Amino acid sequence: MAIDWRPTASIETLCKRARLLGAVRTFFAERGVLEVETPVLGHGGSTDVHLASLSLEASTPAGRERLWLQTSPEFHMKRLLAAGSGPIFQLARSFRDGEVGSRHNIEFTMLEWYRPGFTLDQLIEETVALIRTVLGPEVGNEAGPLRRRRYRELFREGLGLDPFSVDLDALRQLAGERGGLDMRDAGRDGCLDLLMSLIIEPTLGHEGVDVVVDYPASQAALARRHRDPEDGEWVASRFEVYLAGLELANGYDELIDADEQRARFAEDNAARRALGKPEVDVDARLLAALAAGMPAGCGVALGMDRLIQLALGRASVAEVMAFATPNC
Amino acid sequence: MASYSTNEFKGGLKVMLDGDPCAIVENEFVKPGKGQAFNRVKLRNLITGRVWERTFKSGESLEGADVVDLEMEYLYTDGDMWHFMKTDGSFEQYAVEKKALGDTIKWLKEQVVYTVTLWNDNAISVTPPNFIELEVVETDPGLKGDTAQGGSKPATLSSGAVVRVPLFINQGEILKVDTRSGEYVSRA
Repeated sequence: MAIDWRPTASIETLCKRARLLGAVRTFFAERGVLEVETPVLGHGGSTDVHLASLSLEASTPAGRERLWLQTSPEFHMKRLLAAGSGPIFQLARSFRDGEVGSRHNIEFTMLEWYRPGFTLDQLIEETVALIRTVLGPEVGNEAGPLRRRRYRELFREGLGLDPFSVDLDALRQLAGERGGLDMRDAGRDGCLDLLMSLIIEPTLGHEGVDVVVDYPASQAALARRHRDPEDGEWVASRFEVYLAGLELANGYDELIDADEQRARFAEDNAARRALGKPEVDVDARLLAALAAGMPAGCGVALGMDRLIQLALGRASVAEVMAFATPNC
Repeated sequence: MASYSTNEFKGGLKVMLDGDPCAIVENEFVKPGKGQAFNRVKLRNLITGRVWERTFKSGESLEGADVVDLEMEYLYTDGDMWHFMKTDGSFEQYAVEKKALGDTIKWLKEQVVYTVTLWNDNAISVTPPNFIELEVVETDPGLKGDTAQGGSKPATLSSGAVVRVPLFINQGEILKVDTRSGEYVSRA
């Protein structure tokens, strides 16, 4: 069989991609946000239980060391913030093992930016403005208005249950039925993740740009937590942006407390051990930077390939990448 | 058999599910922003032909199914079983049940080569070639001169299949038929 050497995106698509990346740079230049480039490799990696990091061994002045391919440029960018960079953005190559599909590629381009002093609401506005800029006036106007959707409401409307208070066994049964798999041993978040992915996500972003807020506190990752003003429940101070059933961006009111961050890393690694997953080296330099003081503010990571896919009306991220993983 | 993890699932891979051999039709990786990943998988049950949609936790695995497709020539039927022979020169024969033949039963012709799917060395399905040439054994008499006009009539072929044919076709003629759509293509 002949070896398929050709790009997964057409040359015409790659020209359009280059123009869209140019539009992103202009957008941030006009807003006084500095473009930065941080390493793809780091001494620490993401401990997130549901992200699989790739690592390699390299000869460095310290000898043979294990270095981690970054799942997002977050840790390095936060160290720049702590060093007084002010607002920064990056189009960063990021790596997540095992993630291949029409919406995923092991190596992909993350657009990530940080806004010291911004509230989550300000960052939501800016994220949606960026998305409309890249989509262009035609697709951008069709995308419809910004709609704020609370995580809890989505579950109440779509599934008739309250994700915070529903009985775990009832939740497992529903997730198992809807997904067609055995969820009897699954945790609360595992069940919610499944229902979110299979039932709720596909319905989002069809009548407007849907911004989901007030996630369960257990899904905070590197976001702060706050009490829901309505009922006092702890929720995560983060948002996700959906358009046309596609998750585009994930934003946080950033955790800046070094001790809390250290505790969450340890919790993650403990959960990894319990699940038989490999532990990930904790980024000691990030913890030191947080201890030295990172300005409060918000940050967001956006899947650039997906946004380009939507802007150009393509069916998969592979069609907007020069060489997708199966063909790299 | 080896087992395959969800990230090895790709179209055509044969795996065991609920005791039946299945072929993967489609595998979509789904993952919420910060949560656990799943694979939404469509599989065709190779025994019933039905398509199942299942969700797996990413990283789960299924056992491979010992399924092979072999070229075999149709020989004859004894009324209970339909007999096929491998075309690799081994003259090895396989007896196929009516259930495994399915719709292919109406496209059987001696000496034609079919694809026989074996699971643990038992035939579970038979696929006819895309095009086959068969004789018309029964149809209304042809209309002379009517070679271009539309209009069609049923014709029974030597294998038992009934297809719509143009009005000018006569009994005894050999026709080329598309077995996937069951449609007349041309005179052979």
